[in-house]
Amino acid sequence: MKKLLALLLCMMMLLPTMAMAEETVDITLWTYPIGNWTNAETVDGIIANFNVTHPNVNVTVQYLDYQSGDDQVTTAIEAGTTPDIIMEGPERLVTNWGAAGKMLDISDLWTEEALADIGATSEAVVAACQTAEGVFYEYPLCMTTHCMVIDKAAFEAADAMQYINEETHTWTTEGFENALRALAAAGVNPTGIVYCGGQGGDQGTRALAMNLYSAQFASADHTAYTMNSEEGIKGIQKLVDLVNDGVLTADPAIVAGDEIALFCNGTAKMSFCWNASAAVSNKASMAEGIVPFPMAFPSDDEQPELCGGIWGFGLFDNGDDARAAAAKDFVKFVCDDAEQGPQSVYATGFFPVRASFGDIYAGTEKAENADFAIFMPFLGDYYNVTSGWATQRTEWWNMLQRVFGGGDVATEVGAYVDASNASIVK
Amino acid sequence: MMQTQKISRKLKATRRQENIAGYLFMAPSLLFFVGFVVFPMAMCLVTSTFNYTMSDFTFVGLSNYVELFQDAIFGKSLINTVIIVVVSVPTVCLFSLWVASLIYKLKDIYTSAFRCVFYLPVVTGSVAVTVVWKWMFNPYYGLLNYVFKELGIITQSVNWLGNADTALWCIIVILFTTSVGQPIVLYVSALSNVDHSLVEAAEVDGATDLQVFWRIKWPQIMPTTLYILVITTINSFQCFALIQLLTSGGPMYSTSTIMYYIYYEAFKLQRYGYGSAMGVILAVIIAAFSALQFRLAKSDN
Amino acid sequence: MDHSVQKTTAYKVICILLLIVLAILFTFPLYWIITGSFKDARTINAAIPTWFPTQPTVDNYMRLFEKPAMRWMLNTVFMCAMTLLLTCVTAAMGGYALAKKNFTGRKLIFSIFVCAMALPKQVILIPLLKEMAFLKLHNTLWAVILPTVGWPFGVFLMKQFSENIPDEMLEAAKIDGAGEALTFTQIVFPMIKPGVGALAIFTFITAWNDYFLQLIMLNDTNALTISLGIAKLQSELSTDYGLIMAGAALGSIPIVLIFLLFQKFFTKGITMGAVKG
Repeated sequence: MKKLLALLLCMMMLLPTMAMAEETVDITLWTYPIGNWTNAETVDGIIANFNVTHPNVNVTVQYLDYQSGDDQVTTAIEAGTTPDIIMEGPERLVTNWGAAGKMLDISDLWTEEALADIGATSEAVVAACQTAEGVFYEYPLCMTTHCMVIDKAAFEAADAMQYINEETHTWTTEGFENALRALAAAGVNPTGIVYCGGQGGDQGTRALAMNLYSAQFASADHTAYTMNSEEGIKGIQKLVDLVNDGVLTADPAIVAGDEIALFCNGTAKMSFCWNASAAVSNKASMAEGIVPFPMAFPSDDEQPELCGGIWGFGLFDNGDDARAAAAKDFVKFVCDDAEQGPQSVYATGFFPVRASFGDIYAGTEKAENADFAIFMPFLGDYYNVTSGWATQRTEWWNMLQRVFGGGDVATEVGAYVDASNASIVK
Repeated sequence: MMQTQKISRKLKATRRQENIAGYLFMAPSLLFFVGFVVFPMAMCLVTSTFNYTMSDFTFVGLSNYVELFQDAIFGKSLINTVIIVVVSVPTVCLFSLWVASLIYKLKDIYTSAFRCVFYLPVVTGSVAVTVVWKWMFNPYYGLLNYVFKELGIITQSVNWLGNADTALWCIIVILFTTSVGQPIVLYVSALSNVDHSLVEAAEVDGATDLQVFWRIKWPQIMPTTLYILVITTINSFQCFALIQLLTSGGPMYSTSTIMYYIYYEAFKLQRYGYGSAMGVILAVIIAAFSALQFRLAKSDN
Repeated sequence: MDHSVQKTTAYKVICILLLIVLAILFTFPLYWIITGSFKDARTINAAIPTWFPTQPTVDNYMRLFEKPAMRWMLNTVFMCAMTLLLTCVTAAMGGYALAKKNFTGRKLIFSIFVCAMALPKQVILIPLLKEMAFLKLHNTLWAVILPTVGWPFGVFLMKQFSENIPDEMLEAAKIDGAGEALTFTQIVFPMIKPGVGALAIFTFITAWNDYFLQLIMLNDTNALTISLGIAKLQSELSTDYGLIMAGAALGSIPIVLIFLLFQKFFTKGITMGAVKG
């Protein structure tokens, strides 16, 4: 009798799993190159961990790049072949595809516990992942602040370290200008290169221009772009003046990746596009003798507002409940699981959005990533969620090309702001 | 009476047979042509009258076209496209004819070697070629500035790709290197196929090299020249990868072509309707251009 | 020595020297790619160029083959082969019909073909994308192959070649009782074979280099072609030049070899026929 009961119990336990095993769900995940999330080995490992508890979900991965990734998503949207999960930041997930009605509302992933834990790190993160109406289109995994980097060895040789607060990694606008002049006087050319071409890395030139005189990039309620303010124009004018004085270089032909490569081979003595992940991925190509020293962007009050990066997952609306449910399970596992969560963040090289994860780099081979935590207090408003972001970004590059090509700064910035604001969906 | 009826019936039968056979032979190519060129083109015409974005699809009549004719960047892109075609087609033709006339009489092995060398950039692939050229044009330590400075052509480093006056010419140079391969191969074969008895006869009559070329060789290689003109025009119009990978149309749209601008509006700004309107205008221009070129070639013959 | 002979010799020497300089310029990109693919990250990104890798490494290739690079190669070969085959068959048939069959609407069809001949594919990209999605072909190589086959240039070229076929030969075949199919395969095709050769080369190169359609139509990592695969090796914050060079070398060496081996065939194929305007 007992045996029979045991057998019955066993069968009852097995039945649901058998039923589940029959229904395999295939989902696809697309990732932009965020730290090691480009590496098949790492991502396959994460999927394997997920499959231990969810053997019936089959996850296929596609790796996107920033050069053509947006085009691919656009074509997929128009062709109806979007993935179930996509990994990127709010400017794409919320402002672009979410606002266009292509994404699923994932408010149910934002439990009370998640809201509290992530809010403890920064309320700005919670705000960035939702629309003005409070619909969540992103569930975040990690974050960082974008900064810049200088070659400490070159600065020391030009006696320019005196303009830098080495402890806080900050400097004033005046200090930045003095440092540039010191470098130029020591025969350094180019000192730094303001890259004005292409798609990615816009955060660098943007943060540089807005911090010089503490301009606001967008209005506080994210309904308008505001670089045409007095401070904004003054900041861009300063850059133009420095370029005209020959102590800074503007190059319309290169993109962020090229600028970083020029820093790594010692041509330029600073890069305006840097963060924890860039420090790791460019280690191999760094020429000997260069001492990368991450810095906040210069600002008149030495209180920079750094541009954040918040990366996480969004779900495309493919009209299939089973796939959506499986996709949510995957996202929950990757971001919330006590063991997997920190590992997922570790793979990005950035910092967890969950306060409860603590310092995930202590005692690992990426220990120096923790150094970048110094910039976290400078995290500014996440204005990337302002509507019309995609247009704003292309217009930004065009504006930089025009002002460095001799255009009147106030006129050109005005034209840029007008064009960007015209694309805002009310 | 009976006789003529019979003949006309017979004629009709032949005619029907010709029709059936003609269309049967045409069927496969027509299927592909209508399915993947004509039909999308018709759709393009329809969508060009809509405000068509990722989240919107409303009929707006001709307003996309009205906007188009006020769009300065469209005008600039059109001019750039014309410059590329007008400059590269004749230079490619003349250069390949010059190279071919030099190498076709060499020893076989040298001819093959040269032919192969000029063909290399065609097969190397745009992405890799762009990476190499970007490095050569680089203003900081690029090869071009170094060589030009050594030769005393320039005194200051020039940012070739970053300067609105030079960027388009850089694109044309790279396009040129990737375009001459095939014409050279074609001209070498055409020149070595010129009727030798005619050339010899002319030489006996005391004609100079130049006269021999213009009077005898040039007419005989004319068909090859026409073919080269056509394929080079097609290639130049379709120059896209170079621009997308090298300059993204910049600086200040100085390297933007219509093809790039359509892609830019459609995929960067997601304005599909506007992009379609541009496509329609471009199609009209190119169709007219092709028809004209064909007419001219025909009357020339 | 005759003065003018001296002059022509001098001219020839200068020309040959100029040719050699140009030849170096044309060979340089491929040389740089191949040597670059054996350099480590620091050397390849250095401001002072290393003309030849002193410490060659195969690391770039190791990393390339961690990605489905072989699959990309196979995809590219399949795509080019299918495009070539379909284009040549349809164009040969269509061109023959346009040249030799006096059917109703022939002039109109030919005029439309001529007008559409140079049309860049960008013009119809959005509708084409929608169409491929509707046919469930988006993200497959067919989405790239079919529109390329539909391009009317091949038909135009084959029509020009077919016009050279003497009408008497076709008449004779007809009198001998040969059917349409037999006439085409036994008489027409051998006569336009050189033209088909020229078209095959043009189509192959176009398909191989046509980056645009591939960019729009292919997403899946396993569906990529080699040129698209290489383009996607670039990331935002670091450019792995070594990896790109290795990919480019892998993509170009086979086609260079094909060209070297079949050079005779290529050039001979084109010589025998002439294109009439």
